[in-house]
Amino acid sequence: MAAKSGQPGDGSLLAIIGDEDTVTGFLLAGVGNVDLRKKTNFLVVNEKTSVKKIEDSFKEYTNRDDIAIVLINQYIADMIRHQVANYMKPVPAILEIPSKEHPYDPSKDSILRRVKIMFGGD
Amino acid sequence: MSQNRYVVVPTVTVLAVMKARLVGAVKGHALLKKKADALTVRFRQILKKIVDTKQSMGKTMRESAFALTEAKYAAGEFRHTVFDSVETAQVRVVAQTDNVAGVKIPKFEHTMTGGEGKMGLTGLGKGGQQVQQCRKAFLKSVELLVELASLQTAFLTLDEAIKTTNRRVNALDNVVRPKLENTISYIKGELDELEREEFFRLKKVQAKKKRDSALQDAERQARGAPATENGAPAPADMSGTPEDADIVF
Repeated sequence: MAAKSGQPGDGSLLAIIGDEDTVTGFLLAGVGNVDLRKKTNFLVVNEKTSVKKIEDSFKEYTNRDDIAIVLINQYIADMIRHQVANYMKPVPAILEIPSKEHPYDPSKDSILRRVKIMFGGD
Repeated sequence: MSQNRYVVVPTVTVLAVMKARLVGAVKGHALLKKKADALTVRFRQILKKIVDTKQSMGKTMRESAFALTEAKYAAGEFRHTVFDSVETAQVRVVAQTDNVAGVKIPKFEHTMTGGEGKMGLTGLGKGGQQVQQCRKAFLKSVELLVELASLQTAFLTLDEAIKTTNRRVNALDNVVRPKLENTISYIKGELDELEREEFFRLKKVQAKKKRDSALQDAERQARGAPATENGAPAPADMSGTPEDADIVF
């Protein structure tokens, strides 16, 4: 593990876009990663964070090739819903997770919505 | 009909080629149909699993959030310690590929590398146990989320694959096959037409020949009735009609 992040072969990372509590929890579990250029794989969103910043981070995480899964709080995903809905690539996978203040609403999830359509469609 | 066929020269060779292509198209259609069915079966399994896992994720995340609150209560504000001690990720995902009917589906599995790192020291002063419990709860969530991500990726990949396969199946069935069939019937029609023409032409030639010979017979009869009696001029007469051989087919 002396090698720094982003090395192919030692697995890919998870990225997190979430509120402070969610990010703290996942960092505690050991998901966090800071590379040599001090680039992190997590973004803490609070009321001061602009939507632009979230969009940029989302774009960055989905385009980094060392990230396999992007976790994003559902209420934050709602802020950039158009981007999440237009995201079609299978890797990295976007996962919408509930946050502490916002309970999980399956009807808003981009993927689940598609699943529902499939079930209803045929 | 004339638009819905290939532009070909109607010959026997092309007919054979078209027939071979039709056989190929039918076979390909059957195979693709099978592939689409196999993918759909897998797709249905995944759909069910996704819905189940998403529901249970809600529960797990709630537990994690609660554990975090507990830890906060016991250990105070340890957020900054956590943020500061981030180095390299201990939890990573390894992508493997699963093969379903020739479609590669990425499959994630999470791996733990290294020890607990600096995170193990969080909450050393107080509330360490709660912090560790919180850590465990979030690890469990990560596990579940990775599984869910795996399913979701499979879902997207399969969805795409099924769409393309179905498109191909339908294209073969509704475009390529009728086109080939039309071409084949067109070539057959043309060939029949040619045959009829040929037959008609042969009949014409025969009729002309018959008419000519009848005319000659009549001529011979008219002037050579006595000549046939001695028999000598007859062969001379035969050699004297070379124009008969000039008929060109």
